[in-house]
Amino acid sequence: MDLIFEKSRADRCGYQLPELDVPSRNPDDFIPADYLRRDAPDLPEISEIDAVRHFTSLSKRNFGVESGTYPLGSCTMKYNPKINEDVARIESFENLHPLQPEMTVQGALELMYIMELLLCEITGMDNVCLHPAAGAHGELLGLMLIKGWHNQKKDYERNTILVPDSAHGTNLASAAMLGYRVVEVKSNDRGLVDMNDFTEKANEHIAGFMLTNPNTLGMFEENIIQISEQTHRLGGLLYYDGANLNGIMGIVRPGDMGFDIVHLNLHKTFSTPHGSGGPGSGPIGVKANLAPYLPIPIIIKTDAGYSFDYDRPLSVGQIRSFYGNFSVIIKAYSYIISMGAKGLRSVCENAVLNANYLMNMLKKNFFVPYDRTCKHEFVISAIKQKMKGVSALDIAKRMLDFGLHPPTMYFPLIVKEAMMFEPTETESKENLDKLAEVMADINKEVCENPDIVRNAPHTTVVGRLDDVRAARFPKLRYLKDERILPV
Amino acid sequence: MFRFIPNTDDDKKKMLKAIGKSSIDELFFDIPEEIKTKSDMKIPGPLSEIDIKRHFHDLGNRNMIFRICFRGAGAYRRYIPSIVNHVISRSEFYTSYTPYQAEVSQGILQVIFEYQTMMCELTGMEVSNASLYDGATAGAEAVFMAVDLTGKNRVLLCRTLNPQTRSVIKTYSNFSTARNIRIEEIPYRNGRTDLDVLENKMNEEVACVLVQYPNFFGILEEVIEIEKIVHKHGSFLIVSADPISLGLLRSPGELGADIVIGEGQSLGTPLSFGGPYLGFITTKEKYVRRLPGRIVGETVDRDGNRGFILTLQAREQHIRRGNSASNICSNHQLNAVAATVYLTVMGKRGISEVAEQCLQKAHYAFEEILKVAGMKPGFSAPFFNEFVIKSDIDPDKINEFLLKNDILGGYDLSRDFTELDKHLLYCVTELNTRREIEMLTEALGALK
Repeated sequence: MDLIFEKSRADRCGYQLPELDVPSRNPDDFIPADYLRRDAPDLPEISEIDAVRHFTSLSKRNFGVESGTYPLGSCTMKYNPKINEDVARIESFENLHPLQPEMTVQGALELMYIMELLLCEITGMDNVCLHPAAGAHGELLGLMLIKGWHNQKKDYERNTILVPDSAHGTNLASAAMLGYRVVEVKSNDRGLVDMNDFTEKANEHIAGFMLTNPNTLGMFEENIIQISEQTHRLGGLLYYDGANLNGIMGIVRPGDMGFDIVHLNLHKTFSTPHGSGGPGSGPIGVKANLAPYLPIPIIIKTDAGYSFDYDRPLSVGQIRSFYGNFSVIIKAYSYIISMGAKGLRSVCENAVLNANYLMNMLKKNFFVPYDRTCKHEFVISAIKQKMKGVSALDIAKRMLDFGLHPPTMYFPLIVKEAMMFEPTETESKENLDKLAEVMADINKEVCENPDIVRNAPHTTVVGRLDDVRAARFPKLRYLKDERILPV
Repeated sequence: MFRFIPNTDDDKKKMLKAIGKSSIDELFFDIPEEIKTKSDMKIPGPLSEIDIKRHFHDLGNRNMIFRICFRGAGAYRRYIPSIVNHVISRSEFYTSYTPYQAEVSQGILQVIFEYQTMMCELTGMEVSNASLYDGATAGAEAVFMAVDLTGKNRVLLCRTLNPQTRSVIKTYSNFSTARNIRIEEIPYRNGRTDLDVLENKMNEEVACVLVQYPNFFGILEEVIEIEKIVHKHGSFLIVSADPISLGLLRSPGELGADIVIGEGQSLGTPLSFGGPYLGFITTKEKYVRRLPGRIVGETVDRDGNRGFILTLQAREQHIRRGNSASNICSNHQLNAVAATVYLTVMGKRGISEVAEQCLQKAHYAFEEILKVAGMKPGFSAPFFNEFVIKSDIDPDKINEFLLKNDILGGYDLSRDFTELDKHLLYCVTELNTRREIEMLTEALGALK
C-alpha cells in the first residue's frame, strides 16, 4: 500500500481555517528573517476524502481486540468497553485546561481523588498516585520511592534490586535506569521463586525485591508471606508489578501480601485500550510510610474543596507534565464502577477459569512445563514441535492464518520455545474451544505438512518480514530518492 | 451476570468439569487463606451505562469550561480537524497492542513510519522514534542520551525552559545516580537565555545544553548563537520545540540541534486536563542506537513486498533487559496516530497557515492589550504566539475578573518564577477570534 507521501499531489488540501480576521503583516516584522523557514515543511498534500480512505485502509491492515481472540500473555487484552470511550470524551473533561484555577476543576479533582480511593481499596494500599503514564513509568517511580526511602534513612549502601529470572524486562531496565545493580533470583522446578537462591542472594545490600504475583508463568508465589518477611527483615522493600493483577483481583490484595509499593496497568486490568502501544496509565499505590515521597502535586480534600498540594518536602519531585493520563483514568474509573466489587472478583474468577480451561485443552498437543492450576495466564512450550523442525514462531505465524492473534512469544526466557497465553475473562467458551481446535489443527500440520506452518502466514497482507535486513540497513523514514540510510 | 463477561453458569460448570475442579474456589487453593480477602471490597456498582453517564456528567458539571481561552503555558486549546477523532476511534487502531506481530499490524506500523517521517521533516532531523509520554519526560530521555553519548555529566538547562520539563529532568537526574549528573540553570536576560552566562559556564565537561524554541515566555531564543557556543565545546545542543511554530520557523535541525524534543499535544490531542499528551524526540542517524523507545523501519517480505516492522530492538527493554537504552515500552502511540492524521490533513500549506495565524493574532492581541492603561510588555524580544504582560494589578484579581466574563486569562508566571511577580503569560491560537481579543481588552480596560 502506498505511503501517504506517495499519494500527495501539489495544491491539494484537506483543511480550511477561517479567514484571518486581524490585520496581516509581513512575518519578518515579528520574527528575524534568519529564523524564518524558507520552504514550508514537506508534509503531504491530500484532500480529506483521500486522507480518510488512507487511514481507513490502514486500519483494515491491523488486528485489534475487536478483530478476534487476542490471548497475549501478561498484556491482558480484554474487551475495551465503549462507554469508557464516550465518558472520557465529555466536553467538560476533554476541553479542560490543566492550568485552570482549582475552583474551576473541582469535578476533575474529585474524580481523581475518588479513583485513588478505589485503587487503594482494590490493592490494599494506603495511598495511590495517578501520575505515571505507563507501567514502566510506574516502576521507575516506585524505584525512586525505594531510593528516596533508603536515602532518607541515610542507608546509602543498598545498591541491589532483586528480580526473579522470570521477570518482565522492564523491571530490570527500570532498576538499571536508576543505577541499581540487578540480581536475578532463580525459579525452582515448580516455577516459583527458589527460596534457597533467594535466601542466598538477599542480603543487607538489597534495596528491594520486585515481584509480580501471579508470576509470568501464571503461578501464584505461594511463599509470598515468607518472601515478604525475609525482605523486610533485611531492610528491603517489596515491590509489586501489577501487570498480572487480573489473576488475583478481588481474591487477595498486594497490600495484604506484604507489598510496600504496587504499580497497576490501567490498560491491562482496568480495560482501557492499548492504543497500538499506548497511552496507558501506571498508577502506583504505597503503604503509608512511603506516602511522603510521592511525586508532586498530590490532591487533597479540605472543607473548601479539592486542591493540589505542592508543599511536600520529602517528595521525589515531579515525574511528568501535569497530573496523570487523565482521560485514561476516566476510562478505568468507568470500568471499575461498571463492575462493582462482585464484578471485579468475577473478572478474576473467569479469567482464571478461562486460562485453566484453555491450558487443559492445549496440553493434549503441547508440552506444559509447569503443569498445575494456573492463574490468569500460562506458558506452553513448542519443544516437541521444534524437534520436528517447526518453531514456536512458525506456529504463531500460522495462527494468523486462522484469524487469531498469537500469544506472547519466547517469554518468559526460562522456558524454551515459550508461548504465553492469557485469554482474559472476556473470551467466551466457544472462542476458547475454537482456539484450542486451531492449535490442534496446527499441531497436526506440524506432523503431516510442516512446510505450511514453516512458511506461514499465507493469508496476511504481507508475508513474514525480513527483520535482519530492517536492522542492518535501517530505513526509518520516507525519502523521495529512496536511498537506504547507512548507520 | 456482567455484560463484559460471556461465561454463563452452565459454561462455568462445563469448564470446571473439563479441568476436574468442583468449584471456582479450588482454582485459588494455592493462595494462603490468612491473606485472602474476606469480604467484598468497598466499591460502588455494578452500574448501568445510564448511571455511569449520569455520574460522569455530574462530575463534569463541577468543572468550568471557559468559552474563551488565552492560556497556554505548555498545553494548548487548538483546532482539531474532525477526521482525527474518527481515525483514532477505529478500533483496529485503539484496541490493538504494540505491533509485535508485524504481518497483522501493517496498519499501525505504516502510520508510525509516516509519523517518523513527518516529525523528521518538521524538526529537520534524520530519525524519530514512535513517541514518548510527554514533552517533559522527552527532555529527561534526551538528557540521558546526551550524557551517555558524550560521557560527560554537566547539564545546562535554560531557565526559559518549561518549568515542568526542568523539574522532571531534575527528578530523573537526581535518581539516576550512576550518571552523576550535575544540573545548572542558565538565567535569562530580557526573556531570553543570557548568552554571556552560557559562554562562561561552558567547558569540556558539559554534556548538553537544553533550550526551548520558542521558549516558555513565547520568545524566540537566539539558537543560531547558542549553537555556536555549545558546539565549540563539543557538547550536545538539545532543542525543545513547539511543533506548530515549526510551520513558520526554521527547524532546529537546520540550526544545528543534535536532539530535538517537545510536547506534541498541539498536533491533534485535546487538553484533557493534562494528559495523555505526546512526547516526541528526533535526532541524527548516528545516534539512533541510543534513541529510546520503539522505532519502525521499512523492509520486505519473502516475495519482495514492502512492509514495516519494529526494528533496532536491541536497544529495548524486552530484549536487552537491564542494558536497554531506556525502560520505556508503552508510549503514547495513539496520540502519535492523531498527530499523523493532523499533519496529513493540515499538510504542507495548513501547518504554515496555522502557524502564521497564531503569529498574526498573537501580535495583534499583544498590541491591543498594550493600549489598555497600565498594561506593559514583560519583555521586548521577538515572540511567536505567547507573550508576557506585566501590570500593577494582582494577577489573581485580573483572572477572577476575566473568569466572570467567561475568559481564561494569562498564566501567572510568579508560580514558577518568583522574580516575575505580576507577570501574566498570554497565549493566542488560531481559535481566538478578533472579537475574543476585543472582549479580553475590554475586560482588562474595565478592571479597576
